[in-house]
Amino acid sequence: MRWIWIDKFVEFESGKRATAIKNVTLAEDHLHDHFPGYPVMPNSLIIEGLAQTGGLLVGEYNRFEEKVVLAKIPKAVFHFPVLPGDTLRYTAVIDYIKDDGAMVTATSHVGQRLQAEMEIVFAHLADAGHAKTLFEPKNFVFTMKLLGVFDVGRNSEGGRLVEPPAWCE
Amino acid sequence: MPTKPEIFQKIKTSLVEALGVDEDEVTPQATLVGDLGAESIDFLDIVFRLEKSFNIKIPRGELFPEDILTNTEYVKDGKMTPEGVAQLKQRMSFADLSAFEANPNVKDFGNLLTVEDMCRYVESKVGATD
Repeated sequence: MRWIWIDKFVEFESGKRATAIKNVTLAEDHLHDHFPGYPVMPNSLIIEGLAQTGGLLVGEYNRFEEKVVLAKIPKAVFHFPVLPGDTLRYTAVIDYIKDDGAMVTATSHVGQRLQAEMEIVFAHLADAGHAKTLFEPKNFVFTMKLLGVFDVGRNSEGGRLVEPPAWCE
Repeated sequence: MPTKPEIFQKIKTSLVEALGVDEDEVTPQATLVGDLGAESIDFLDIVFRLEKSFNIKIPRGELFPEDILTNTEYVKDGKMTPEGVAQLKQRMSFADLSAFEANPNVKDFGNLLTVEDMCRYVESKVGATD
């Protein structure tokens, strides 16, 4: 089972920005406990979804040669609770990227309403032993295919983002 | 070319955003780790903000010399050797390392860097005026 908290990408501009959708439904078990009788999408999982949207964007920039990990959330503001039936639109924009990590500005909207806004810092892990097998590029490519990145993705020149065969070897 | 007060103001803004501290806590004498509560991952965040704010490049290890502090050639029994201290002084000419030199416990190093040191570092990068 994969820990995926977005349903699909609807926009993916390599090195710049990405937008993903998350549908919230009562079929999700966690909503039954959070809270009994008053189901609310946990804000922590909204952070996770935004971090996944931004993390794939940052990883793809370096063709997943860097091991991207969520390092810090310097700022997170939530404006209203998200309920079953809502569709969240997650947008991540690369604010800054360099050798040792990246800063992403991310927002979550329900319709036109701004639901959450945050800054996310990603660090590039030093390539130490075990990390290598945990972060194989082919795993990310599998996830990106699953989430439709190659259906909507654009490369840095504006052309179609294609799946490089070498990543999957 | 920015003035020194302008540099201090921008650094203050970066530290308030990165560390969630109040503006009045960011004094020139405040230490980043001890007074402002910075942790190692915060330095990555601070470096992003300074690079963007001042349009400068901060190479890894220049502001916080992890490579020297973890180099077994320069660290013996938790203390920095005179050669190691010399390396640090060369790398960090913007910081006052005299107190550290007198008692060079590596674990105390993290609490050395002050806001003023950071200002001097940025001033040296951008060629500040008074």
